[in-house]
Amino acid sequence: MDDKVYKVASPVMGTFYRASVSGQPPLIEVGQKISASDIVCVIESMKIFTEIRSEYAGVVKEILVENEEPVMKRQELIIIEKI
Amino acid sequence: MFKRILIANRGEIAVRIIRTCKEMGIKTIAVFSDADKDSLHVRYADDAVNIGPALSYKSYLNVENIIQAAKEFKADAVHPGYGFLSENAGFAQACQDSGITFIGPSAEIIEKAGNKSAARQILIKLGIPVIPGSDDVIPSADKACKVADKVGFPVILKASGGGGGRGMRIAKNRQELIEAFPMASGEAEASFGNPDIYLEKYIEQPRHIEIQLLGDMSGNFVHLLERECSIQMRYQKLIEEAPSSFVDDEFREILGETAIKIAKAIGYFNAGTMEFLVDKNKNFYFMEVNARVQVEHPVTELITGIDIVKQQILIAAGKKLEIKQEEINANGWSMECRINASDPQDNFMPSPGEIESIIFPGGPGVRIDTHIHDKYMVGPFYDSLIAKLVVWAKDRPSAVKRMARALDEFEIKGIQTTIPFFKKIFKNRDFQTGDIDTHFLENSKL
Repeated sequence: MDDKVYKVASPVMGTFYRASVSGQPPLIEVGQKISASDIVCVIESMKIFTEIRSEYAGVVKEILVENEEPVMKRQELIIIEKI
Repeated sequence: MFKRILIANRGEIAVRIIRTCKEMGIKTIAVFSDADKDSLHVRYADDAVNIGPALSYKSYLNVENIIQAAKEFKADAVHPGYGFLSENAGFAQACQDSGITFIGPSAEIIEKAGNKSAARQILIKLGIPVIPGSDDVIPSADKACKVADKVGFPVILKASGGGGGRGMRIAKNRQELIEAFPMASGEAEASFGNPDIYLEKYIEQPRHIEIQLLGDMSGNFVHLLERECSIQMRYQKLIEEAPSSFVDDEFREILGETAIKIAKAIGYFNAGTMEFLVDKNKNFYFMEVNARVQVEHPVTELITGIDIVKQQILIAAGKKLEIKQEEINANGWSMECRINASDPQDNFMPSPGEIESIIFPGGPGVRIDTHIHDKYMVGPFYDSLIAKLVVWAKDRPSAVKRMARALDEFEIKGIQTTIPFFKKIFKNRDFQTGDIDTHFLENSKL
């Protein structure tokens, strides 16, 4: 695997949200620069919201899932190019 | 009496309500989302209506679809259960506007009671002790910090629209409060369709003790004694019991009278619960009104012999209470464990998935309220509660032993559950002797 690429995966089966609060702008957009530990999305599972943070600084290359889409445990959500 | 009741809920509580309806000779209409086609409530009801996709706001929080289903299937009443639309004044009003009886208090009372900040104002005027905090809904993290500075940290954020720990966050300092605010508001929105948040000073080492009330539409009230719900994880109740080992006859009378006084002040009717935080010196603070049937209602049913759902239906149909306060006595002891699909080994992370097989406990004094079965798919869309294991015995030590025995019999394969965690709690000496507070799980080394 390309070690310059970091893929954010879901820790749990749930629903993918791009914003912390519905109606607010997405936490990240493709092309956006992010720092390590920035919140990149939220997964809701059984009414528990888990903020998903990036482990690395980088640039958002691709968002693989649509807002409000169901996701599986360990499913890849976001591709980040490390810097 | 009603001929057809639509149950605007899912899971174990929908099953619970259907059971009482059947015993009363009332036809039932279940509603279900795409995710719940195989759930037991759909199978048990006389009719079932698909009300939309899995996401709650598209189905179980979808007022329009539910009202339409009620009209189409000629329901004369709607039972909202707990959670979802149960404390949504707009839904109660929509039922009323459609000529359908809402089994619960009126929209106006829900507005007053369910809206905790408004209820609080009324109680302060009555001289009932409340926890210091914001006088109203807090619009922003910035305003939350200002209130917190006034009452002092730590503070707790709570959802105005409902209970059950949803939308609840504790903050020890300004930084934590700023981070917690949008998450609490988001959880509140997702759970209750209402993002409103208020703030309270956080009382340390308290017990959670609540009084179950019944009130008819003629202003008659009885209280069905107390429940203790101090065993909590992240402000979510996990074990409830009735009566409470901390409450003697004198204190019970004070709490009961206070609860009825609060209910009268807001013109409450139907079943409801007044929640109190009680410190070690038996100082008590009113927390909130739960204007609905509660998850933990079975423990009260088992010690009083009263079917609370049946009482809700009778009251909604305009019947007067036939129960007298002096007839209500605690017979024995009851405890409930909430079996959740969450993993005690992994910080209680949700554990959705397919259930391979189940063996339910049974025998004397054991009651199970559940909607799950072999091959049931526990989806990620709703609450993690998959079953309530409730026991009754002659006294607390016997109830503890009976619960431990029932937990040993209970086997769920395919997903992680809280069963192993409860087994540990029931072996803990402090728990066995009733030496508990709401921080028991944080402080005990289980």
